[in-house]
Amino acid sequence: MQNVAIASHYAVHLPAPDDFAAWRERARGLVQCDVPPDRVSWIEPGGTGDLFAVEGPARREKRLPVPPADAPSVRASKRFLEVAKSAALHSDPARFGLLYRVLWRLQRFPRLMEDKADPDVRRLEELAKAVRRDAHKMHAFVRFREVEEEDGTPHFVAWFEPDHHIIRAEAAFFMRRFANMRWSILTPRGSIHWDGETMREGPPARRSDAPSGDPVEDLWRSYYAAIFNPARLKVAAMLSEMPKKYWKNLPEAELIPQLIAGAQAREAQMVSSGSLDRGERPATLEGIDTAIHACRMCPIGELDNRAVMGEGALGAPLMIVGEQPGDHEDRAGRPFVGPAGQLLGEYLERAGIDRSQAYVTNAVKHFKFVWKGKRRLHQSPGAKEIDTCRWWLEAERNLVQPRLVLALGASAARGLLGKTVSITKARGQPMRLEDGTELWITAHPSYLLRLEGEAREEQARLFAADLAAVRERLRELAR
Amino acid sequence: MVQHTLRQKLAILADAAKYDASCASSGTAKKNSLGGKGIGSTEGMGICHAYAPDGRCISLLKILLTNHCIFDCHYCINRKSSNVARARFTPQEVVDLTLNFYRRNYIEGLFLSSGIVKSANHTMEQLVEVARILREEHDFRGYIHLKTIPEADAEIIHQAGLYADRVSINVELPTDTGLTRLAPDKNAGQIEGAMGRTKERILTAKDERKKFRHAPRFAPAGQSTQMIVGADDANDAAIIGKASRLYDSFGLRRVYYSAFSPIPDASAVLPLKSPPLLREHRLYQSDWLMRFYGFAPGEVADAAEADGNLPLDIDPKLAWALKFRASFPVDVNRAPRELLLRVPGLGTKAVARILAVRRHRSLRLEDVARLTASVAKVRPFICTVDWRPTLLTDRADLKGLVAPKVEQLELF
Repeated sequence: MQNVAIASHYAVHLPAPDDFAAWRERARGLVQCDVPPDRVSWIEPGGTGDLFAVEGPARREKRLPVPPADAPSVRASKRFLEVAKSAALHSDPARFGLLYRVLWRLQRFPRLMEDKADPDVRRLEELAKAVRRDAHKMHAFVRFREVEEEDGTPHFVAWFEPDHHIIRAEAAFFMRRFANMRWSILTPRGSIHWDGETMREGPPARRSDAPSGDPVEDLWRSYYAAIFNPARLKVAAMLSEMPKKYWKNLPEAELIPQLIAGAQAREAQMVSSGSLDRGERPATLEGIDTAIHACRMCPIGELDNRAVMGEGALGAPLMIVGEQPGDHEDRAGRPFVGPAGQLLGEYLERAGIDRSQAYVTNAVKHFKFVWKGKRRLHQSPGAKEIDTCRWWLEAERNLVQPRLVLALGASAARGLLGKTVSITKARGQPMRLEDGTELWITAHPSYLLRLEGEAREEQARLFAADLAAVRERLRELAR
Repeated sequence: MVQHTLRQKLAILADAAKYDASCASSGTAKKNSLGGKGIGSTEGMGICHAYAPDGRCISLLKILLTNHCIFDCHYCINRKSSNVARARFTPQEVVDLTLNFYRRNYIEGLFLSSGIVKSANHTMEQLVEVARILREEHDFRGYIHLKTIPEADAEIIHQAGLYADRVSINVELPTDTGLTRLAPDKNAGQIEGAMGRTKERILTAKDERKKFRHAPRFAPAGQSTQMIVGADDANDAAIIGKASRLYDSFGLRRVYYSAFSPIPDASAVLPLKSPPLLREHRLYQSDWLMRFYGFAPGEVADAAEADGNLPLDIDPKLAWALKFRASFPVDVNRAPRELLLRVPGLGTKAVARILAVRRHRSLRLEDVARLTASVAKVRPFICTVDWRPTLLTDRADLKGLVAPKVEQLELF
């Protein structure tokens, strides 16, 4: 074009590093004057241009060419505009040159932006992506701290260090989110302030301009430490999304090293404290007898007591399961020899069930008690203790292979079912265990011992009825 | 009972909530606090405000209202028979915590769940009360996810959907037998019934908004669910099948998988070992294949090995490609989108780029290299103008060539 001197070089000064509108206006004029990309350098405030631009003041001040009135209008695809607006905010000093080169090429190849394999297009997309990521991290990692202003109103102030020139562009996000809050975001590239009605821009700030702490951060750190699952340590995944450069401004990040260090230890402890890695079950009742004496899988085994093995023959059609050995049983080393055992014997006899033909055992193998003076006072086993001891009960049941199992009381029922059931609801009708064995549930005879008067009569009647039903069922199964 | 400070309660009730996988805050209706009295905005994209060393995003304040519970589910740290510290928040305490965290830009909102106290209805009413105070008294416009309790009355669950962005009901286990065994107080029919009703409500509300602009929104971010992997013996094929049925029948936004991880004071009936994280990852990958890559559930299941589980050493897409080699190589200059999506190593973005570029010119291998993350992975399965994987797809040792290298052990 006639008003462009051959080989002349233009240095364009932009008013602000994030001023896309200013770049757009100047770039439009240069394209209309047909100035090729290698003849323009773009200079942002505080930045240096290329060698030509700093060579002499005369050159730098050379006026930009004025496009002729009949110059064709400049065209760019929608995608270019989208990408360019973001890419212009990148801190790479070469970005405006790249933008101009792509705009220049777009006049000849209008669909250039679709060629994702083109190096210029790729670079532009990369810049835009880095800026979008920086903006996204700003939305995520700004941390406000509350200070009280002189008029008593709260003011939320944050210190943030973005990689690119995104502050002004992202102010609107924080305004929409915290519209009714007074806040400021201070950065080394400038600051923004919102008072609930208007937005103000301020000069670059230092970290010391921001408040140094906030009492709520203690709560936040507690939350951060508690929500972390030490069994799932994945440090690389965390670092890729929350790189270390952000850590210094995140109150929760100071916990990270100790959380990681403690994690493996915490997981190992959780696994081992709950671990039931007991290998194979013993293949004989004698084997189980020996093994339960050494069992310390729950705290009951640590008490001053001895394990009490079940009694009865392999292949017994009926298996009777109680709760745990009591004081008498622990001394005798045999199940159901105390008062409750004697009562059970009477009821069984009345119901016509031969106890000597049944296998009698307990859900928990050791006697749980507390000392009261010189007496050992019975304590019910906890659900976890019953579940732990279920291993032995199942081992016995697998060997004895009874046709019918009678559980006395809620602990025995849990030991067989793995869940707690209500005796009142479950009694009187058969249930199926996982392997199909029939299970009947009734009260524990010691329950009868604790009752008096009418209540005892009522429960005794129910207990007798349950045993009678079991006897009938045993006869049917024997046929 | 021991009196806990707010900080202790927060630690206990956040600890109790961490086994819920979901932390999504995306995909809800756009809203902001301009013109309102309070704070909060949701703009479509979710924001992860922090990452814990377990690699998981912290987007929401994820807590339980209480970890007291009358249920006794074996896999759950809060079950009745578990020996953990118990605590309870008042609704107002949760509201204050949420707002204090939100003002400081720590979170996108609240994900509130609860152990069951007194009754399902009572518990659900308390959860709804928290959401009500946030929305009505504080004009809070951030994200709220409420876990709903399938045993509660439909009317209370409906209230929850009116305040929350997302509601979820956990199916807990992939099979009904697993549920009966490990969660004796729960009922598969009841859970699916509640999910069905929620789906109806979401659809009705959407329909009404088309007719009346001011019709109330109902859970605009939809409903999701969670399945525990590795607590029972369901294989991957069964899990994928279940997930796909759930997507189809209840219009779920997401099915989350949670690798069963050892919990303190665990029940004796559960496998206590490190969580099967890799398996969980493969299930998420297969979920992606169904949602974004046009794979049918049956096809994903075809990629599984003889025992019905997905291979752990390679991803399910590569496993499928190695099994069905007749579908390859795919010509990147001609093949339709559906076929390009089947190529291991080509993601949805890379496919979109290929489709855009090939309108202008024919692709060479170096172009593909520029458009994808790893051309080495893609190469055996495609042809370009200058490349043809001669005999490569017939080689018996192909898996060794494309599978990620197993890390060599250190010398000891």
